[in-house]
Amino acid sequence: MTDRDRTPAPEVPSVSAVPALEVRGVTKSFGSTLVLDGVDLVVPVGSITAVLGPSGGGKTTLLRIVAGFERPDGGTVSIGGTPVADRERSTPPELRRVGVVPQEGALFPHLSVAGNVGFGLDRAERRSGRIAEVLELVGLPGIERKRPHELSGGMQHRVALARALAPRPAIVMLDEPFSSLDAGLRAQVRGEVLEALRASGATAVIVTHDQLEALSIADQVAVLLDGRIAQSAEPTEVYHHPASLDVGTFVGDAVVLHGEFVTARDDGTVTVRCALGDLGASMVVHPGVVGGAAVDVLVRPEQLVVHDADRHDDALGHERRAGIPVGAAGTVVGRQYYGHDAVVMVRLNSGPIVTARLQTSRLPRTGSAVHVRATERVVAFRRPDR
Amino acid sequence: MTTPVTSSTTPARPGVVVASRPAPGQGSRQPWFVLLPALAAAVVAIAPVWYLVDRAVERGWGEVVDELWRARTRDLLLRSVGLAGAVTALSVVVGCVAAWLVVRSDLPGRRILGVVFALPLAIPSYLAAFAWVSWRPGLAGFDGATLVLTSVSYPFVYLPAVAALRHLDPAQEEVARSLGRRRLDVALRLTFRQVRPAVSAGALLVALYVLSDFGAVAAMRYEVFTWVIYGAYRAGFNPSRAAILATMLVLVALVLVVLEARARGRATQSRLGSGAARHGAPVRLGRAAVPAWGFAAVVIGVTIVFPIARVIQWVLTFESTDVDWGDVASALGSTVWLAVLAAVATILLALPVGVLAARFRSRTSIAIERTTYVAHALPGIVVAISLVFIGVRALRPVYQETPLLVLGYVVLFLPLAVGTVRSSIEQSSVRVEEMARSLGSRPLAVLWRVTVPLALPGIAAGAALVMLSTMKELPVTLILRPTGTTTLATELWRHTSVSDYANAGPYALALVVFAAIPTAVLSIASTGRTKESARD
Repeated sequence: MTDRDRTPAPEVPSVSAVPALEVRGVTKSFGSTLVLDGVDLVVPVGSITAVLGPSGGGKTTLLRIVAGFERPDGGTVSIGGTPVADRERSTPPELRRVGVVPQEGALFPHLSVAGNVGFGLDRAERRSGRIAEVLELVGLPGIERKRPHELSGGMQHRVALARALAPRPAIVMLDEPFSSLDAGLRAQVRGEVLEALRASGATAVIVTHDQLEALSIADQVAVLLDGRIAQSAEPTEVYHHPASLDVGTFVGDAVVLHGEFVTARDDGTVTVRCALGDLGASMVVHPGVVGGAAVDVLVRPEQLVVHDADRHDDALGHERRAGIPVGAAGTVVGRQYYGHDAVVMVRLNSGPIVTARLQTSRLPRTGSAVHVRATERVVAFRRPDR
Repeated sequence: MTTPVTSSTTPARPGVVVASRPAPGQGSRQPWFVLLPALAAAVVAIAPVWYLVDRAVERGWGEVVDELWRARTRDLLLRSVGLAGAVTALSVVVGCVAAWLVVRSDLPGRRILGVVFALPLAIPSYLAAFAWVSWRPGLAGFDGATLVLTSVSYPFVYLPAVAALRHLDPAQEEVARSLGRRRLDVALRLTFRQVRPAVSAGALLVALYVLSDFGAVAAMRYEVFTWVIYGAYRAGFNPSRAAILATMLVLVALVLVVLEARARGRATQSRLGSGAARHGAPVRLGRAAVPAWGFAAVVIGVTIVFPIARVIQWVLTFESTDVDWGDVASALGSTVWLAVLAAVATILLALPVGVLAARFRSRTSIAIERTTYVAHALPGIVVAISLVFIGVRALRPVYQETPLLVLGYVVLFLPLAVGTVRSSIEQSSVRVEEMARSLGSRPLAVLWRVTVPLALPGIAAGAALVMLSTMKELPVTLILRPTGTTTLATELWRHTSVSDYANAGPYALALVVFAAIPTAVLSIASTGRTKESARD
């Protein structure tokens, strides 16, 4: 990795022939609990990948298998094209060149900052100024002689990152790196860590259960659900075109409505009918999906607009006249104001409650009659047969 | 998600089996550089027992059966068990009352009392015994032995009782009171029932201590196992009688060790999850404070003030006689030197066992750890006798030389050191070691660069404890010391056993200053490690 260029990583990860990390079909059980059930993950060189999953979903186990702290029950792990683990063989952690930043930092309490950062370096490297260089990189120059207990939580994390980066690992893995910090500090430390990672040009995998964190920092988000990577794609893709209803509801707030498939359109999208009327939707249409097939419609709250009931007819006159059902009438049953936006809960007259995120200072009152409609293309999924 | 067994910072996550899993992944394979030295330690620990049994059955099983059926053997057993019973009963009473006063009453000065009550543990039993017989020779025998052994061993009950009482949820007592129970009723029906596991574990330790003690019964000339074994050894005409009696003593002690381990298990269970956030309002003693203080004064007077006052008195009366200060200095010098050797050797052997037990749980590692604990049931006199056998048979060159004596100390104090090393290694997180691996360190390097440095304070405390215990040790030193070598304990023994108390004074004082007081300080600094600190 010494010859790697140190320019900030390109927006789209370079299409290197060999990925920094390749995980194929990895399984792992503890006792009778199946934690990983065939995980596939490819991390391109120079990219930042977020592994996003619910707490207890096996994210840390995956990290520990890649680092070499655990052996997989099945499947393979390759780092930089070299196989490091399968059912029979397991390269010990010290030979893998995987840097790890654990949740709690796990600095060596008996060593100074310099001792910690220099731990993975040989004598010549320690003298070469590498320690000062990586401390500079994480924005903490000149603290070599401090002891871990003298540092704040955020600083400890950055030192742990510096320690992991110092030996120029093939890949750095961060385990819930910001979860132990309080909310105010978290955004700041996250920014600093991200900057350091980008500046070092390192390939990084960040394990997190925080959706916003994953979407905001990563080039690629891998959603780990039920022991498998349910989807691995760019953040916008994962958010707007989730591979499954579970992914869709996991990565962000969502309104899920029962509906039915109406017809496929020429542009590859479909029309679905639900409580919000007929909507344009993205959907993977399998052969055999016929009109009337049951679907789940996933609508993001920010895709909904809410009008006062009386003002709405004028705005939508022509569609209404064309006989296309658009939007639905309902009653406001609750609202939460956040400053930058607000959330309004509407009980549709047909029964379901939907949530809309609005950017307006004029919020409809609780109890008032409104009309709700979707403004953008939504996503639909074939509902499994019962 | 995995959570390492020893990490306390990460909460266990649902759906993951945490507790029953060994150290994760790569770590579960035991590296040879830990396993081999640990095996060596286990061999060292088990060898004396092996030789002892071998020697006992040397003249055939008939001899053993004959010896066991003799009337004097039966009397010996009865006396030993009787003494252990009496001391244990008294210790339970004194220990429980003292603990209750310190934790639950509003007795003035209870904080200081809490520390002072634990101090007798640091006083060598033979020192206390000589202090008493030199004052009232008529005390020699059962009464004196009971008095002295109770006064040095009741802290074995007192300390766990304090811990258990502190962990009790005061709400339970309050509820019982509100249900119409009177205070004494509550204390007996509820409080005592709940601290009983802890107290019984402590009581068994007291019994074990009494069976193992050599100094006090020897000074009091009370014929129990240890004293008779010593006599049989000294008489020399029938070494297998000493071996048979020693084996018998080990068997009785082994029963106590097993019972103690079980009781301790129950004691920890009864405390789990009960961690009371709040301490109950102390019971107001009112006028009862006067007899309570009387009790405390008697206990402290008998256990600490009297022996130390006697030692000072010996030293003061001693100006008239001419003492060779050079002898005292040389005894002190060799005492410290032997203690340092013992501490270093014991820790070096304990280290691999502790690492193995803390980091590589497996059947092998558990077996090795348990083996080193066998010595827990070995009274000093037994270790000494069996090492004499080993010395005569297999280790001729070092018989009556320093290495064999140090080996005796190692066997005796290995359990102490293994416990300390293990717990200090367990306190550091496995995660930190994993970090070292991921940064390119090989397992042996991780051990030297991370595991050992992190555990160093605990290891140092363990070494200090072994050192101080060695300085106070009597029977092994007495029997295995190289010819011509004197230590504080042996010189004190030599002078006092011929009632030359004036000349014993300087040695006793040196023992108190250099061994007993540091032991007390160390015990206070590391509460809970005091269990074996008073072994002699």
